[in-house]
Amino acid sequence: MKLSFSLPRQVWFAAVGAVLLIAFGWLATTSGPLAPIKVTVTRVAKGEVATALSGIGTVDARRAYLIGPTAAGRVRSVLVDVGDSVKAGQLLAEMDPVDLDKRVASAVAAALRGRSAVTTAEAQVQDAKSRQALAASEARRYVDLGKKNFVSQSVVDTKLQQQQSADAQLAAAESTLVSARQDLARLEADRAGAQQQRGNIRLRAPVDGVVTARDAEPGSTVIAGQSVLKLQEPGSLWVTVRLDQGRSAGLRAGLPAEITLRSNPGKARAGKVARVEPISDSVTEERIAQVAFDTLPPGVTSNEMADVTLHLPGVSDALIVPNASLHYRGAEVGVWLRADGKLRFVPVKTGATGLDGKVQIVEGLKAGDEVVVYSERELKDDSRIKVVDALGTAK
Amino acid sequence: MISLAGRDILHSWGKFVLTGLGLGLLIGVTFTMAGVYRGMVDDARVLLNNSGADLWVVQKDTLGPYAESSSIPDDVYRGILGLPGVAQAANVTYLTMQVRKGKTDVRAMVVGFEPGQPGEPGYLVAGRRITRGHYEAVADVMSHFSVGDRIRIRRHEYTVVGLTRRMVSSGGDPMVFIPLKDAQEAQFLKDNDAIVNSRARTAANPALNRPGVPGLLEAIVASQTSNHNVNAVLVRVAEGRSAERVARDIRRWKHLQAYTRAQMEDILIAKLIATAAKQIGMFLAILTVVSAAIVAFIIYTMTLGKIREIAVLKLIGARDRTIAGMILQQALGLGVIGFVVGKIAATVWGPAFPKYVLLLPEDAARGFVIVMLVCVLASTLAIRAALKIDPATAIGG
Repeated sequence: MKLSFSLPRQVWFAAVGAVLLIAFGWLATTSGPLAPIKVTVTRVAKGEVATALSGIGTVDARRAYLIGPTAAGRVRSVLVDVGDSVKAGQLLAEMDPVDLDKRVASAVAAALRGRSAVTTAEAQVQDAKSRQALAASEARRYVDLGKKNFVSQSVVDTKLQQQQSADAQLAAAESTLVSARQDLARLEADRAGAQQQRGNIRLRAPVDGVVTARDAEPGSTVIAGQSVLKLQEPGSLWVTVRLDQGRSAGLRAGLPAEITLRSNPGKARAGKVARVEPISDSVTEERIAQVAFDTLPPGVTSNEMADVTLHLPGVSDALIVPNASLHYRGAEVGVWLRADGKLRFVPVKTGATGLDGKVQIVEGLKAGDEVVVYSERELKDDSRIKVVDALGTAK
Repeated sequence: MISLAGRDILHSWGKFVLTGLGLGLLIGVTFTMAGVYRGMVDDARVLLNNSGADLWVVQKDTLGPYAESSSIPDDVYRGILGLPGVAQAANVTYLTMQVRKGKTDVRAMVVGFEPGQPGEPGYLVAGRRITRGHYEAVADVMSHFSVGDRIRIRRHEYTVVGLTRRMVSSGGDPMVFIPLKDAQEAQFLKDNDAIVNSRARTAANPALNRPGVPGLLEAIVASQTSNHNVNAVLVRVAEGRSAERVARDIRRWKHLQAYTRAQMEDILIAKLIATAAKQIGMFLAILTVVSAAIVAFIIYTMTLGKIREIAVLKLIGARDRTIAGMILQQALGLGVIGFVVGKIAATVWGPAFPKYVLLLPEDAARGFVIVMLVCVLASTLAIRAALKIDPATAIGG
């Protein structure tokens, strides 16, 4: 090989060899299993942990009403449709009365008959009273005459007996009157009952609300308990939130909340925990709470999904590490502490956790300790590490 | 005493180095192929390491959750926690699917895990761990997602809050970790059209939509759109307890299958990646043979190119040993250069591969021994040829 400038061949050969050896050595120690693990470290500092709970839920109405008949029947008419606002007491739908009108007429007639029976009984009492008065005066007269011996004792006795009979007839007539009155009251009650039943198949709005469903159309048959219409109070919409039981410590009524509706993910709306349900879901392992809007946003719909963040009172002046620095060793949680250039796994006790990833350390570390945050690989006690500012996240 | 080999090499050092370089690149390819194979096995191993479990509890008579699909109710773990020797038990789901980000999508294994339990990524390289119960994700850097990205898994959008490394499925797909409940839903919940169709199908079934039973249809539809299944329960055995014994108890009393680490490794390496690994292994074997042959031929032709010089050496009375030594030393020198270049080349281009390439030092050592052996064998061929040379060719031509 011809070279344009003159250097001994040995030098060239040695140079190539040296370059190869240096490259080999450098690659062997900086990549592959022999290389030190790149890590980033941070110092434990005091600060504030803004704790919060987060869950998802659906918008639903605190008060919703199923409007339906109390007995099986056919729907005759439905007067409102979905979306209509209705007032309390407004007629919404009517069931087919079938024979109810006839039964009301029959009850009315029976009541009228009862009333005339009372009138008859009253007349009978009057009649009995007048008979009794006549019998009494006649009896008195004959008793006087009998004392003066103008008439025989048997005639006097007859008159006395007639008086007693008239008394009894009066009592009977009065009793008939009472019974007729009672009968009238019964028939009147029957009539009112029939009319109420007639009224009961008229389905009226119990409150001011909005119709949310029209489940039956005229002509369809519904059974007792089935709904013809559904109503809800638009002002009573709230969010039923489900929170993971494991991350629900501190949940209580009155916590301020941020509600983000799925239909408007950019805007968080203020609210408050209105109620925490006393029973949580054992299957999904979630707790259930209701969060009410401070002001109801317009256009919010029932069953819409919502993200809810509940803000708990923060913990200030706490020792903080990022949650990425927490490692699990078996069941033990701890951090990799870097002291005197050596790594040591230190078990810690954690406290409050913020949604931003800050974790309060209750026990195990002190301010100023240097802990490993990110590492390229799982660390071991004898791992060699190299501290860098940030780890390459390209691949 | 002067080194004959050294003098000869220096005489045409450029040719020698270039031959060594070429040989090195070939050896580099062989090393890379070995690295691809090791990477494949390592992918399967890290999958097991990362889950941090001692036992995998899966559906009876399946090889789940990685090699076969497995589905068990999500309350099974409570019963397992009650067994003696169990320290931790956690539900986990695995689903390989396309994860969308904007218009692109990435093939990933979506893992549903519970925080603080086996199955959680052990370490991060950026961002933070998941703190919310829903719609947050930690992704492997291989997915090329970055912290703050919004990714779409089925019907929900997730925010990437952290990145991790070397968390891959046995197929080498990056993992995306999401909260368990979201994963259960993602695994099961279909698109809206399918849900609406399925509701209509249920409503059309007269046995399920009975006029006399209000609310029955709603209850059935609700039960159809919820999922209380997971793919496996990861169990961490209490210290000092035998995983095999706990696995036996689970198999016997819980009507589930339980695999220990060794069994799981066997399933993954012997069953799941067996064919692919054999494919690579076959290729590696052929490549090794071909490389050896090429090394042998190069050394042989190099020797044949020096017939005249060797004849002169013989003529001036050089002993056979001296000549053999020269050829052997040159062959070994070529081997050393080839090995170093090959190792450097493999290390440099290894990370550029889409799947993990693991270059083990012991593989390199083994490779070095093989290269040297091949060189020695090849030089014997050349030495035989050199010793047969008639010294007369030096003058006769």
